[in-house]
Amino acid sequence: MISVTGVTKRFGDYVALDDVSLEVPDGSLTALLGPSGSGKSTLLRIIGGLESPDVGRVEIHGEDQTSVSARRRGIGFVFQHYAAFKHMTVRDNVAFGLTVRKRPKAEIAARVDELLEIVGLAGYQRRYPSQLSGGQRQRMALARALAVEPRVLLLDEPFGALDAKVRADLREWLRKLHDEVHVTTLLVTHDQEEAMSIADQIAVMDHSRIEQVGTPRELYDRPSSAFVMRFLGPVTRLGEALVRPHDIALSHEARPGSFEAQVARVVHLGFEVRAELVLGDGEELAVQLTRAEADELELAVGDIVHVRSTALPRALADAGDAAQPALSA
Amino acid sequence: MTVSRPWRIGLRTLALAYLGALLFVPVGLVFYRTFEHGIAAVWASITTPAAIHAFQLTLTVTAIAVPLNTVFGIVMALALARGRWRGKGIVNALIDLPFAVSPIVIGLSLVLVYGIHGWLGPALTKAGVQVIFSVPGIVLATIFVSLPFVVREVTPVLKEIGDEQEQAAATLGAGAWTTFRRVTLPSIRWGVAYGVVLSVARCIGEFGAVSVVSGKIAGETDTLTLLVEKRFSNFDLAGAYAASALLALIALGTLLVMTMIKPRREEGDA
Repeated sequence: MISVTGVTKRFGDYVALDDVSLEVPDGSLTALLGPSGSGKSTLLRIIGGLESPDVGRVEIHGEDQTSVSARRRGIGFVFQHYAAFKHMTVRDNVAFGLTVRKRPKAEIAARVDELLEIVGLAGYQRRYPSQLSGGQRQRMALARALAVEPRVLLLDEPFGALDAKVRADLREWLRKLHDEVHVTTLLVTHDQEEAMSIADQIAVMDHSRIEQVGTPRELYDRPSSAFVMRFLGPVTRLGEALVRPHDIALSHEARPGSFEAQVARVVHLGFEVRAELVLGDGEELAVQLTRAEADELELAVGDIVHVRSTALPRALADAGDAAQPALSA
Repeated sequence: MTVSRPWRIGLRTLALAYLGALLFVPVGLVFYRTFEHGIAAVWASITTPAAIHAFQLTLTVTAIAVPLNTVFGIVMALALARGRWRGKGIVNALIDLPFAVSPIVIGLSLVLVYGIHGWLGPALTKAGVQVIFSVPGIVLATIFVSLPFVVREVTPVLKEIGDEQEQAAATLGAGAWTTFRRVTLPSIRWGVAYGVVLSVARCIGEFGAVSVVSGKIAGETDTLTLLVEKRFSNFDLAGAYAASALLALIALGTLLVMTMIKPRREEGDA
């Protein structure tokens, strides 16, 4: 388990982390999710020993690590831009941690081959990093980090420098790898879809603080603030409340608590249908429907419909700051 | 930019004439004059005891100054590129001082500090150490004038490669020395090599600062450049040309090594 307690970090006048506490359960894959500048990478680097906190404590498996150097923390760290040793072959890159520990040569060779097999780079031993694609380099970096059997694995935007397709593949692959290897993993990302799709637990960060920690579902269904709600998925404003566009029901007749609205635009996206409505007070409203629902209503531009929220009641009426009436988060 | 044909030919001619008048013709003439009276005369001229000693002294001084400046240069480049400390800006500017200040001023300032009437002179004399008009002074002057080369070549390379590889090495359990030896040094090796070659060229060719502190004692404190000057002022033109030709040959060798290193340095190690 990684345990961070009351960590504050300043860079000059800038407060990068403000009294942050976090627990990462053993064997979990936890994502630190937040916009850029929210402090998530700084927190990861403090856990890894690459930065030291001004105040606060970092524990790994119950041992205080706050003043332990990175090299003695028993961590594996993966960087956004791979940090591959460019002058070394793939084999020497992966073997680095083991040669530093002066393990027997035969053991190192066997371990390197095994790891390259796991990350799908068997046969690439003699290549140099410049001869690998971005995705392959990152898998090599992961093998290098895993070679020393770290107590925890820390990943700093590991797929951030890759294109969308490779990113999605590697994300899947990492989840499967984690299910096999089971090393406690903390991953930094600004991509909510990435966090939702691979993490057991997500810690959402904003403005140098942790906003909320929970499973992807908990955060999506019961966000503790308007920020978390917006960050995890599309939102739209209905009356005083923020709702997900798919939590809005449309009907031709008025229902208790419903609002009247006019259909401004209908977009058919295969299974999903997106409609833009204008409420009586001129506010725009975005709605997501299934194709069947839209067909049943015979939704057309200019129609007058009644809308109501089907979401569980949430105390979000106070989410007053500039709600975006759009489908994009 | 497109230039009409006559202009283009004119500009090329001008550029070549400029290089020719300032570089090719004088250097060529040195070689011509050197070998005018046959190779035997040249050989005799560069194998006199004074010439051999000057050559040896130049090499000795270079062999001391270059390694010291290489170690200093790498350490200083690391401090400048990686460190966060007070006064970095000032030190960074001061490193270039030997480039900015005329070598003769450097020589004179060394006399002011280490000379008999200098700041440390009396203490040194008492201890039986003679710096000025002796080999230590020549070494000091040479170190001073060739100080910035390695720093200036290595610092930008260090900045360019960043410190992520070093951080990665640390998380993998490597200590500072292992990280330097196995990760940092291999990444900057061509920058270091280029800096070393430039330093060697400067050390061998240095005249101004050395001429002030050497005292020009034949067979003792004459370096190769001082020998050329001495022969020239003594109207031993053939001798001066022969020694110059030797210097020019060393320079050509340096140039060759630089040309070989340059592409490697520019493409990095990727």
